[in-house]
Amino acid sequence: MIEVNRNGEVWVFAEQHNGQLEDTPIELMSKARHLADILHVKLAAVLPGDKIKKLGKKLIQHGADKVYLVEDPQLKTYQTNSYAKVIYDLIHKHKPQIVLYGATVAGRDLAPRIASAVKAGLTADCTDLQIGDHQNIKDKKVHPNLLFQIRPAFGGNIIATIINHDRWPQMATVREGVMVPTEPDAKRKGEIIEEKIALTEQDLPLEILEEHKQPKKVDLKAARIIVAGGAGVGSKDNFQLIWDLANCLGASPAATRAAVDLGFIDHDHQVGQTGTTVRPSLYIAVGISGQIQHQAGMSQSQKIIAINSDPAAPIFNIAHYKIVGDLNIVVPMMIKALREKSIKE
Amino acid sequence: MGYNCVVLIKQVPDTKRITGNAMNDDGTVKRSALPAIFNPEDLNALEMALQIKEKFGGKITVITMGLPAAGAVLRDSLYRGADEAILVTDSRCAASDTLATSYILSCAVKKLDYDIVLCGRQAIDGDTAQVGPQLAEKLGITQITYVESLEQLENTNIIAKRNIGNGWQKIKASLPVLLTVINTANEPRVAAARKIMKYKKALSPVEIRQKIKTENPQADESDIEKLVEHKCSGLKNVNMLIKQWNLDDISADLQWCGQSGSPTKVHRIQSVVLTAKESKAIEPTEKGIADMIHELISDKVIA
Repeated sequence: MIEVNRNGEVWVFAEQHNGQLEDTPIELMSKARHLADILHVKLAAVLPGDKIKKLGKKLIQHGADKVYLVEDPQLKTYQTNSYAKVIYDLIHKHKPQIVLYGATVAGRDLAPRIASAVKAGLTADCTDLQIGDHQNIKDKKVHPNLLFQIRPAFGGNIIATIINHDRWPQMATVREGVMVPTEPDAKRKGEIIEEKIALTEQDLPLEILEEHKQPKKVDLKAARIIVAGGAGVGSKDNFQLIWDLANCLGASPAATRAAVDLGFIDHDHQVGQTGTTVRPSLYIAVGISGQIQHQAGMSQSQKIIAINSDPAAPIFNIAHYKIVGDLNIVVPMMIKALREKSIKE
Repeated sequence: MGYNCVVLIKQVPDTKRITGNAMNDDGTVKRSALPAIFNPEDLNALEMALQIKEKFGGKITVITMGLPAAGAVLRDSLYRGADEAILVTDSRCAASDTLATSYILSCAVKKLDYDIVLCGRQAIDGDTAQVGPQLAEKLGITQITYVESLEQLENTNIIAKRNIGNGWQKIKASLPVLLTVINTANEPRVAAARKIMKYKKALSPVEIRQKIKTENPQADESDIEKLVEHKCSGLKNVNMLIKQWNLDDISADLQWCGQSGSPTKVHRIQSVVLTAKESKAIEPTEKGIADMIHELISDKVIA
């Protein structure tokens, strides 16, 4: 447990696998840079691994003032206990005020183990972070400049803002894809600090026998235009309409959880609370009612077109273009209109 | 031979069924307006324990921390094949965040002999996935999260397959371990009719007290006490008493329980109301659609 200290740095866990940085630390860095500037403190990345020094430079280009580099052959592969030990020791040494992790499988495995050991608070799957003041209801005491950890709760039906004012560091995991990464600045200067943490056998209780990773077939996060289908599309055969419209637009096809569960399309294409969070320029929602869990993953889209035969579908509340009609008629009309445009040009 | 499995379960409001009536005006959720269910991934954890028991023998103890009403999910576990059920209930548990919850659960688990602790990856009311890893840390044991299947169990070695999002991993560890189990791990069995018949009258002391109080509104406290004691010993004799522990029973340090043990506090709750800033209705006609496409092209939304 660490006392409240206002000079503590803001930290980001720089998750990497096989020498490749994940997207999340880069996404987190832009938000963390902003938080550190408000607090007038340094932003540091914590980078455990083996032969990964080159990643330090990248983290600096994305906003880090400092990189705590912990290189050790025993850290080559991620293990809960060894990584937790490294970060636990560094937290006690440097006493940061904020520590952020991506809400990846590894981040959600690691952060609670550390929080339990440090006896600090941890908020899961945040979708926004801010700095603000909190007044205690009982003693009316105002705690200034706390980390507001903002997250959906109750299946996305409410948004809760969580704080920890007395036991630091303030820690949170942040949903993948919700923070917008900034462009790297090759001229940014920063400091790489090499740290040594002694590991014992106890810190490495796992033996990884086999690992199989398939590269993600689809990268919805990077898509500029997304055409998504819901249960309303009706069948896997009819889902061809979604693919056709997506092809016309150079868009990525996507789906709701309901459509994935019905087997219309692979899970990699799922948008929403249990899928990917996206923020494309254009999101076309076809036969999607717009449950809150789906909206959680796409409401940040710049423009939303909704096509649904039910005028009361919640998706229309967030759509910029509302088309009440039969998708089997509307989608072919859109394809036709798009083809005519491209012929004219 | 055989393995002692402890399964941690939670009774949760069915968040998939939240409607307008389930929300208070201040944006908080009326828990009472929602049906209470067995947290789905905890059913997968229980199923995994049942399969271990079927293959290797051993004992399954199910623990929940919650209000007296959580007795329902403990009975449900007995219907599905658990051997023993324990309710950790105490008003001093109120307002516990994940850190305090994992501390309280660790005090309860430490009272038992265990080889494998299993829980669902996450509960649908909070979706934090934090209690499992925090509990493992407090017990000082190895955790394997996102477990999809158990590949091998031999003496004190376990091999589990984890789902790592874009692939899988096979991991070997030594017992004791804590596993968090995901929904694709198995298809939880339904309750067995024979066991429902056997356990439908299983109750915890706090439920017995509530029942006796309702049935004997006139009785004074000492009479109720006697009736409760009598009923408890009767159920105990036929192995139908759900064990009940409070924070003293599990020697919990109150400093780490409830509000004082919870570093995270709620600053604000807002209900989710998303609306588009500007929106227009498009006629589902060839002209309506063509005009929209034209507008999107001239706005450079579509290249």
